Amino acid sequence: MRSEIRRTRPSMLTLINRWLLTVVRYIDFEKIVETVESLCLSAAYELPADVLAALERAARRESSPGAAKILNQLIANARIAESERIPLCQDTGLAVVFAECGSQVAVTSGAGERRATLFDAINAGVVAGFAKGYLRMSVVADPLNQRRNTGSNAPAIIHQTIVPGERLKLTVMTKGGGCENKSQFRMFRPTAAGDQIIDWIVDVVASAGADACPPFVVGVGMGGNFELSCLLSKKALCRNLDQRNGDGFYAGLEAELLSQINALGIGPQGLGGDTTALVCAIETAPCHIASLPVAVNIECHSHRHKTAVI
Amino acid sequence: MQNPQFPLTRLRMGSFLNPLNSVCPASCLLSLFIPQDRWYSIGDMSAIQKLQAPLSDDDVRSLRAGDQVLISGIVYTARDMAHKRLCEAIDAGEELPFALAGAIVYFVGPTPAPPGRVIGAAGPTTSSRMDPFSPTLIAHGLRAMIGKGYRGPRVREALKKHGAVHLSAIGGAGALLWRHIVAAEVVAYEDLGTEAIRKLQVVDFPAVVAYDCHGASVYERERVTKCK
Repeated sequence: MRSEIRRTRPSMLTLINRWLLTVVRYIDFEKIVETVESLCLSAAYELPADVLAALERAARRESSPGAAKILNQLIANARIAESERIPLCQDTGLAVVFAECGSQVAVTSGAGERRATLFDAINAGVVAGFAKGYLRMSVVADPLNQRRNTGSNAPAIIHQTIVPGERLKLTVMTKGGGCENKSQFRMFRPTAAGDQIIDWIVDVVASAGADACPPFVVGVGMGGNFELSCLLSKKALCRNLDQRNGDGFYAGLEAELLSQINALGIGPQGLGGDTTALVCAIETAPCHIASLPVAVNIECHSHRHKTAVI
Repeated sequence: MQNPQFPLTRLRMGSFLNPLNSVCPASCLLSLFIPQDRWYSIGDMSAIQKLQAPLSDDDVRSLRAGDQVLISGIVYTARDMAHKRLCEAIDAGEELPFALAGAIVYFVGPTPAPPGRVIGAAGPTTSSRMDPFSPTLIAHGLRAMIGKGYRGPRVREALKKHGAVHLSAIGGAGALLWRHIVAAEVVAYEDLGTEAIRKLQVVDFPAVVAYDCHGASVYERERVTKCK
């Protein structure tokens, strides 16, 4: 009798499992590792199409033949990197990973004994990608004391946000040190004029100059607070280069900043030209009545960022 | 989309309103008299000059800021930590891992060599980080450095005093420059990994003379150096 009932009716455990599957989406640990690994590899070898298109546009527009020549060499560099599987730049960067995690997503444990988290999976993907791709290990374990190389390019810098849904969107940005070194932050008075802020941002770009591998992509974070403005400036770099800020005011500010930056005449490699920056992107957030934080994140022309959705 | 708060007139006059002018008003006035196309004189550079490393004093003296060069021969890689160790070795009176006389040092930390390749991507790193160390190396016979970006006043003085040059390679063109490196071996400080000193054999490695031994700079010529 009992065994017949079992056969016809699903067990309690099966029922719970079925119910769970309607509210939770399990993503395998290994799937995340593989995804991050392939993102790291394609970021190192393949310049995103929007960046390549922006370089080609700039080369056509350049009034200086020398500057156009350098831009064409950068385009050639991207072609060689892709066909020869040699990284675009020897600074294969610190991996910055933006994880937009659907609220229904759960990560199933990896093969290891420890219960694995999303962060563990991302770091494992970075380690695997940098080793397999013969990429440069550019991370030291502590900033001042020993500065010993971690030998794996881990840990990645991970920014996780929870969004509605059951998908996991991963963006890997491999950020070089030379341009990151020239990024700056400043607190303005809330009554500051727009021109004052523009002048400061243009000044930041001018002081980056030839050192940070122009033409740049300039990411600006405005509002929020001290740390959020810096994060926004990096998020601005994740945008497609053809996409403008959705707010007309800030889109106008982006255009104004770009034209003033290019009027500096620094040009590709700092050797003069019309193209000092390819794009200026602004991201904003609400902020305190007393504050007007502004962060500028300088990105070099080797603007490597790749996204995948699981 | 035209924003009323940022009119086009400002845009056109960008060079007169750029923030550098508050530091150096002269550059603003100057820009009135120089036709715009003359600012970017890199296009009319003289013929490309071939250089064979190690360099002689005559080689160095013949170079002018803005010259395009193609380097062949042996260059040594060194970046931050290797420079620190080299200077410590000089201070301690120890023998250096390579002869500095006439040598060219390339500021680079390459990616590891994939199987079947001699080296990975190998573009220049920011030169100014080597500013505290370069004058010592120049005083001991270093004749050229390859990097990217600006050099400080102490380095520029040392270039003039001892007769040396700073060359700029294309930053971020690690794959393009990789093709010009035909052999590589680690000669010192292997524990530094990518920062170890490597002996590279290069063929027609392209660069621009950024600072010559006569005190001129390609950046000043192009009017984009910070006016300090």
